[in-house]
Amino acid sequence: MREALLLFFVVVSGTGGEICVTRAMKRVGEVTNFRPLAIVRVILRALKVPWMWIGVAMMALAFFSLLAVLSIENVSFVVPVTALNYAAGALGGKFFLGERVTPRRWTGVLIVCIGVTLVWLGKR
Amino acid sequence: MSSHGLHLKTYCMLLIMVVFAPLGNVLLGKGMKNVGSAVTWAPSRLPHIISLVFTSGYIWLGVASLLTFFVAYMLILSWADFSYVQPASSIALLVVALLGYFYLGERISPLHWAGIIVICLGVFVVGNTPPRTTEVR
Repeated sequence: MREALLLFFVVVSGTGGEICVTRAMKRVGEVTNFRPLAIVRVILRALKVPWMWIGVAMMALAFFSLLAVLSIENVSFVVPVTALNYAAGALGGKFFLGERVTPRRWTGVLIVCIGVTLVWLGKR
Repeated sequence: MSSHGLHLKTYCMLLIMVVFAPLGNVLLGKGMKNVGSAVTWAPSRLPHIISLVFTSGYIWLGVASLLTFFVAYMLILSWADFSYVQPASSIALLVVALLGYFYLGERISPLHWAGIIVICLGVFVVGNTPPRTTEVR
């Protein structure tokens, strides 16, 4: 039970964090200048967007949840299950970022979900 | 850069990605197994557990591997399409399972293997889609 909750945090908090970071970076604007000083300026600008801080906090939570779940379960179980990130990413991209998710992508997400179910059933 | 050189550079980066991401996860797994199962973590023991995590060599090696992966990922995305790079993560999933099986001695049932292969297939299908569908403002 505890591992299911931790995996939920890994997937939902990890994807949520990425969505927040994406929002922040879209606000910062496309990066076209890759000189070190320009990159530092982009980072400083990104840190002024609250979404960035929320995103980093959620990603940190996801990382420590990953560590916790790895103490319980095998990597060959945990890492394939975290492919559910693609499902969470497609849903999050559609509903929070207004991205258009193609039928092909939904198909891929469905296949991932079937695979995760098999892994879950085959664990014991 | 010549087309040949660009291809070589791209394959080197892809190789780094599919080796270091799984290696990082496997090292984190090994490190955390030494810390002890989270099923028995009591809140009062949390400071002790955190100190164990941050003094584990395996955890730091794992984090270093994941950082190496991340740098290669960032670099490759500066010249290659996301939809070209992303299917590499499906290979990385398989590498994790192989490392878990051969290096950590994890037991993987046939159904578990089947699930891993289906997931790889799904990730591959997801990856072959256009990387940007929103308008740039």
